[in-house]
Amino acid sequence: MTQPTTSEIIARCEELYQDLNFTAARVWKEAKPGRKVIGYLPVYVPRELIHAAGMLPLGIMGGGDNLEVIHGDAYYQSYICRIPRSTIELGVSGRLDFVDGMLFPSICDVIRNLSGMWKMLFPEVYAKYFDVPQTYKDEIGGTFYIGEMREFLSDLEKIAGRKITDEQINTSIRVYNENRRLVNELYALRAAVPWQAPASEAYLVIRAGLLLPVEEHSRLLRQYIDAAKVEERPIKDNCKVVVTGMFCEQPPLNLIKSLELSGCYVVDDDFMLVSRWLIGDVPESGDPVYNLSQAFLHRSMSTAAKYEPNLEEKGQFLVRAVRDTGAEGVIFASTSFCDPALLDRPMLQNVLKAADIPFIAFKYAENSGQMQPIREQAGTFVDSIKLWSVA
Amino acid sequence: MRPSIVKAQPADVLKDASMIKQKEMMANHYNRLTSAHETGAKVASTFVPGNLNELIMCFDLVNNLPEVNAIQSGLRKQSGAYIMEAERAGHSEDVCTYVKSDIGMMMKGNIGPNGKKLPDPDVLLLSYTGCFTFLKWFELLREQYKCPTIFLQTPYMADGKVTPNMIQYMVKQLKEDVIPTLEKVSGVKFDIDRLREYLAKSAKAEDDLVYILQSGKNKPSPIDAYFGGIYYIGPIFGAFRGTDDAIDYYRFLREEVDQRIAAGLGPVTPDGPMGEEKYRLVVEGPPNYTHFRQFWKMFYDEGAIVVASSYTKVGGTYDYGFRHDPDRPLETLAEYCLGVYTNRSLPMRIDMLCDYINEYEADGLLINSIKSCNSFSAGQLLIMREVEKRTGKPAAFIETDLVDPRYFSAANVKNRLESYFQMIEQKRSSAGAAA
Repeated sequence: MTQPTTSEIIARCEELYQDLNFTAARVWKEAKPGRKVIGYLPVYVPRELIHAAGMLPLGIMGGGDNLEVIHGDAYYQSYICRIPRSTIELGVSGRLDFVDGMLFPSICDVIRNLSGMWKMLFPEVYAKYFDVPQTYKDEIGGTFYIGEMREFLSDLEKIAGRKITDEQINTSIRVYNENRRLVNELYALRAAVPWQAPASEAYLVIRAGLLLPVEEHSRLLRQYIDAAKVEERPIKDNCKVVVTGMFCEQPPLNLIKSLELSGCYVVDDDFMLVSRWLIGDVPESGDPVYNLSQAFLHRSMSTAAKYEPNLEEKGQFLVRAVRDTGAEGVIFASTSFCDPALLDRPMLQNVLKAADIPFIAFKYAENSGQMQPIREQAGTFVDSIKLWSVA
Repeated sequence: MRPSIVKAQPADVLKDASMIKQKEMMANHYNRLTSAHETGAKVASTFVPGNLNELIMCFDLVNNLPEVNAIQSGLRKQSGAYIMEAERAGHSEDVCTYVKSDIGMMMKGNIGPNGKKLPDPDVLLLSYTGCFTFLKWFELLREQYKCPTIFLQTPYMADGKVTPNMIQYMVKQLKEDVIPTLEKVSGVKFDIDRLREYLAKSAKAEDDLVYILQSGKNKPSPIDAYFGGIYYIGPIFGAFRGTDDAIDYYRFLREEVDQRIAAGLGPVTPDGPMGEEKYRLVVEGPPNYTHFRQFWKMFYDEGAIVVASSYTKVGGTYDYGFRHDPDRPLETLAEYCLGVYTNRSLPMRIDMLCDYINEYEADGLLINSIKSCNSFSAGQLLIMREVEKRTGKPAAFIETDLVDPRYFSAANVKNRLESYFQMIEQKRSSAGAAA
């Protein structure tokens, strides 16, 4: 089989990204009678359980900048972020009519309330607010989370019309472990040689994983990493930055490209955290639900939607991301009206100040079209680092 | 002392005797708080929804509620400056104004409504119930005060039911985290019988509170369940639940309400007794506090009275039957937290508002959508449509903010209210014509 080029892979990923009818998922579902699709919103759901049920987990990250929101705006006041309104638009316009269930993870009050709205608007579709523990002791938060996952599994069994065995879940864990290893490999490659795997490309490759079966996505990741490593690309005098705050409503692709054009190499980010939420492999044998709970409690990413019980640890994930990737600064890019990101931001900025790490901040929406101010701000930030940083 | 209408300060404002009594209680509480250093009392900051006052009292801790402090700042026209202070320090203009008012107040010396400095908390009891912002708020306060922070997570009632897993989770948190840390901070050993005693007192006051809130079913309603309701809920949602003071206050208030029912009177407004009751409304959402009197006046000037509101349920949905139960002390605290209004799913909230419209024979639903409160606001437009559809009663939508004066446009709100009252009139006329 011929190894596809990066541009071929990216073209395929971009096509998936632009397709607001989710054709790939529809095709997957239609290929075999009885197949089911379960949609999920950011930040995290244990996709392994859906996979083990023989279903396709489908990441719904809003409508982006290509969706004209007509009905969705009628459901939300102007001071509420855009992802819920574009998600409703996707729903009421029939673009999600093939989806058999929707999960609304515990992230903020808006997504939480959207779970109830979905129940009202689409009463025939399974809709679940997926609660997770914000306390991390095994016997407390762990027991609660195991209970929540078991309840979810029981719901999936009803939808699937069959039992889901531990063996099946362990098989799915194995498949997702592989996928996470590849995602991490791509992140490591981008941090080491960002000119070889630009953020705008890495974004599309990871984003494809929310739409494709995981096995297919792992193959695609392998192909992209292999192709990106050997392609000859010029090195630019860019500044390495970590981008944070984009864990829910996704930035328009142009925003990522604009950061690159303004002289940034994005070497770490919090886009689509579901792809690498769990850190390291989840054990592939034993009680899979327990193992998933342990990974969530003790080996998962930090983000604004999660409580940090230890004051000293607050924001340190960002300092580590800077140190580990050799970044020279941090860009806080938060969605307008995003409570978790915007309330967290001053605390994270204080941590960066203490660590002497430069940063800037701006807001965006998934349909932001005017990139000039962002380019200017990011460009000035890069210039200031290049001109005045001690290094 | 029997209830009566008395002239209070400032001189042009009329208040019920119960309102004066409530004000005195709140003032005493603030004096207790601001003298905590002198008396050696320790302070626990916590939130109104999920307020565990009975438990806090078991450790001789004084309850401090940052939301109530922000409300006090709003009523005293101080919150605007506090919010801008917080924004200058880097807090976004997009986020909750309670948080920014609290942080701005802290930056300006943390002066309480009695003009004295509020003490730093000895412990932050982060009871995370019905509002995601609470979580971040106390992370921000923890950064400042560097005191022990206890996290109590209340799972969201998304499917309209409380599951055993939810109760077990909360009871475990109480047993293994909350109580041991409160013992450590306070130096007081936990006594479950003391908790039972307070819970029994809570239930007594809750009975009277429900009677008072449900008196809005009378015609005319003897209470305003939104603007007046703010006064009524103050003691039980704040630092008095579980005390004899609360029992006395709600008994006193009940007698006052009974007198008005017997006399066929409506509530007392800041400008005197309410005139003819023309419109009976159910209101969803918190009020605006920076222009509280002006806002209220827009209603009573038009003869509009709020007969039921969702805001008076943020500290407990007692009218749906919940009472603190001394026989199940920890479980009852869990159930209390789970049941508060903002921890209820959107379909549950819709059911509740429809029930209110029907049971209180209201003319319609008014939603006051709060710019900085996503917990309440996200989904309210769907709530409005659904309630209209189910009840056949007109609904209207206004937008203000909790304590940010920049988001209160008096002319805009007044226009909308006047249009809404006209809409109710039209609906009545057409109903009359059809009959």
